[in-house]
Formats: sequence, C-alpha cells, structure tokens
Amino acid sequence: MHTDIEIDKDLCIGAGQCTLAAPSVFTQDDDGYSMLLPGAEDGAGSPMLREAARACPVGAITVTES
Amino acid sequence: MTELTDTTGPAKAADPVAFPQDRTCPYHPPTGYGPLREGRPVSRVTLYDGREVWAVSGHSAARALLADPRLSSDRRRPEFPIPTARFAGVRDRRVALLGLDDPEHQIQRRMMIPSFTVKRAAALRPAIQKIVDDLLDAMIEQGPGAELVSAFALPVPSMVICDLLGVPYADHEFFEEQSRKLLRGPTADDSQNARKELETYLGGLIDAKAGHPEPGEGVLDDLVHKQLSEGALDRAEVVSLAVILLVAGHETTANMISLGTYTLLQHPDRLAELRADPALLPTAVEELMRMLSIADGLLRVAVDDIEIEGVTIRAGEGVMFSTSVINRDDSVYPDPDALDFGRSARHHVAFGFGIHQCLGQNLARAELEIALGSLFARLPGLRLAVPAEEIPFKPGDTIQGMLELPVTW
Repeated sequence: MHTDIEIDKDLCIGAGQCTLAAPSVFTQDDDGYSMLLPGAEDGAGSPMLREAARACPVGAITVTES
Repeated sequence: MTELTDTTGPAKAADPVAFPQDRTCPYHPPTGYGPLREGRPVSRVTLYDGREVWAVSGHSAARALLADPRLSSDRRRPEFPIPTARFAGVRDRRVALLGLDDPEHQIQRRMMIPSFTVKRAAALRPAIQKIVDDLLDAMIEQGPGAELVSAFALPVPSMVICDLLGVPYADHEFFEEQSRKLLRGPTADDSQNARKELETYLGGLIDAKAGHPEPGEGVLDDLVHKQLSEGALDRAEVVSLAVILLVAGHETTANMISLGTYTLLQHPDRLAELRADPALLPTAVEELMRMLSIADGLLRVAVDDIEIEGVTIRAGEGVMFSTSVINRDDSVYPDPDALDFGRSARHHVAFGFGIHQCLGQNLARAELEIALGSLFARLPGLRLAVPAEEIPFKPGDTIQGMLELPVTW
C-alpha cells in the first residue's frame, strides 16, 4: 500500500498541530508552514498520521492510500 | 432581534437560555448551560441585549462551522453579535488578526507564524524555566504562603510575552491592569478607555523602536523594522497587533495557570498520578485545557446561508460557540465531566478551530507544562490556604480564571 500526503500551503496557517501530533512526519519550515520531514514523505508508518491530518484546523492536510 | 427562520432539528426543543452565565464551580460550565448540552449540536441563546443567536455545542458541528468561511469574525459588520455591554464599545474597530476575515487576516497571520511555531516554543523553554524557577525561589523564600495569582500565575506569562515581544516588563502593572479592564469592563467606556491606554502606550513603544537604528530582538522590533518600514503594515495595524499579542499573551495563560492549579488541588488523585509520572504533563495540560475551556463563547456572524446537521443558519444571523460545552461532547469524550489523564483530549476546541485558532497555542502549552510541572514539583505540600468555596473566581462574561488563589505549603 502506498501513502500519499499532500499539504496545501495556501491553506496552512502554521498552527503546528501536525508537528505536535506526528513529529516524526511533519515539521514547520522557517516561515512556519507545515512540511514533511525528509524521508517521511509516505508517513514513515506513523500511527499518528491520520490524527495529525485531523488536528489541522484548516484541513490543509490530505492523506490518501492506494 | 433576529428571527428564528428555521425550526427544524434540535433547536426547536428548548427556550433560549441566557449567555453568558457565571460558573458555579470554576472548572465546570455554568449549570444553566444544561439546555445547550441537551440541544446538541445547535440550539439558541439570548444575549444581554435580548438578541437571540445560534449556540453551537456539538463537537463535529463546531469544527465544521469554525472552519467555514461563510462565518465572519469582522466585528464591524452591523449584525455581528454583542455578548456583553463592554463589547459594544469596540465593535466599530478594525481589530487585528481575530477581528479580520481572509484575505486580510491571512496576510497578518502569515507575518506572525514564524515567531510562534512548535520549534520556536521549544527554543523558549529554557528561558521560561528560568522565569518560573526565579519566581518560585522568591515565593519559597517569602513563604510558606502566597497569593498565587499575583506571585506566580500572572508574572510567568507576562514576563514571557514581554521577552518575546520586546516590551519592558517594568511596565507590567500598567498593562496588566489595562488588559483586565479591556476584558472585564464592566462598561463599554471602561473597556474602550483601557484599549486607548494600551494603544497609546504601545504606539509610543513602537515609535521609539522605529527611531532606534539598531533593532531589538522582539517580535515588535521585527514588525517595526520589516513590515512597518517596508509598508506592508501601517502604524495603526502594528499598534492593534501589539495590543492583541500583549493582552492575549498574558491574560489567557495566567488564568490557565491559576485555574489549572486550583483544579488539580481539587482532584488529589489526578495530582498524585501527575506527580508520580511527570511524563504525563503534556497530556494533563491538554486535558485541563479541554475541561477548563477558559475562553468560552466565540462569536461569528453568517454572511451566507449555511446548512449544518439539520439546521439552517441564515445570512445575517449570529453564531456563538460555547467551548466549555463543545469540549464536553460525550460522543467524543466519554464521561466528559471527569478530569482524566488517560484520555486523549486532542481535538478539543479550547484554542478555537479554523483560521483563527490561537496563534500562541504552542507557547501556551510550553508555559503551562513548565509552570504547573515546576510548581507541584518544588512544593510537594502545596494546598489551598482557605476553604475552596471562599476563593473568588471570574464572572462568566470574561476569560475564566481565579481572581485570587491563596495557597500554602
């Protein structure tokens, strides 16, 4: 199974809730926007991935599995 | 008065209750909000001026609506609901960040987020720890016995936000007093005068920073030497931002420290759990934020018709989110009135939700973890100095918290 994570930077408000919920997958860049950690582009098997997406206050994170 | 235009769904059941009401117990929602719990997800309340507005009390409806761009935060709209008399005086103001809609709001939010990231809050932890340790040293030296609001709960966030913004802490008595009046009133004049005092004070500070060739390291220094000098913000906008950051940066966290301490002292079993396992602190802080919901009553006005879980909110109608009731939705949080560090309180809306979710939430979490963790670690015998029912707390029309907290150890 392949996991695809999309972050919509037009929506992102830098609340950091993804980073807080799944720090092994998400971080914040220098401008405060959400970004995927290098090597964690597929979620790195984190059990918190969906929780992190749900925690986003503006729905900027989409997780799709194929 | 807004007409009830759609009576399908649960809103039909109960007569509107008054909002806001005073809490009976400082860490539980007012008993008079019972009909809001029974009327989930959306019912009706009556505001002080007699106007009826929608009251959102269901968790999923709250998350959907707080993220819905058809609900406006712009207080200048004539139909924006007014919860208290003091609010009437500020409704014509262009309030930075929390009083703006996108795209105006987004421009300001994006200027601020680099200063409030998870990483930035983590980097501030040693400085916060030093502030907390010094205040506890002073309390212990003068004790046993202290009034915890003035000795600890208020100075911790005041000192932290002063450092972060570049505001001299020496002026704290002035800005703490004005912030209290801004948020408490009780009259519109009290609130308006306090705002003017804060604007004059911070305007002067901003002019002084602009006239200084070497910028300091505070967030306000950045705003002055980048956004203001490059023309991205005008002076009034920088002043309005400075007022919001200073007021929101200390009042809310101070209330969480005082009320959080009181709540833990009233739940000795939970406190013992926390003392036995300090790794529980982040979960405990999250659960306290859920349970205490100190900013109870977020307001919006609909700019378009919205269908939500069987209810139609019409354009022009007011909408109120009772965070204390939303955060006790038993379909999300079983046994919601219990303080339970075994649950995940994540997804609570104590910081709001949507584009206006609290800018300072990561800083607040760091402050609360350090302040509460260190307070109970350093003072193993900490207890209330007077009977709990004698301790005064804030009325329902402002941020919830303790007015005083006499403790001993």
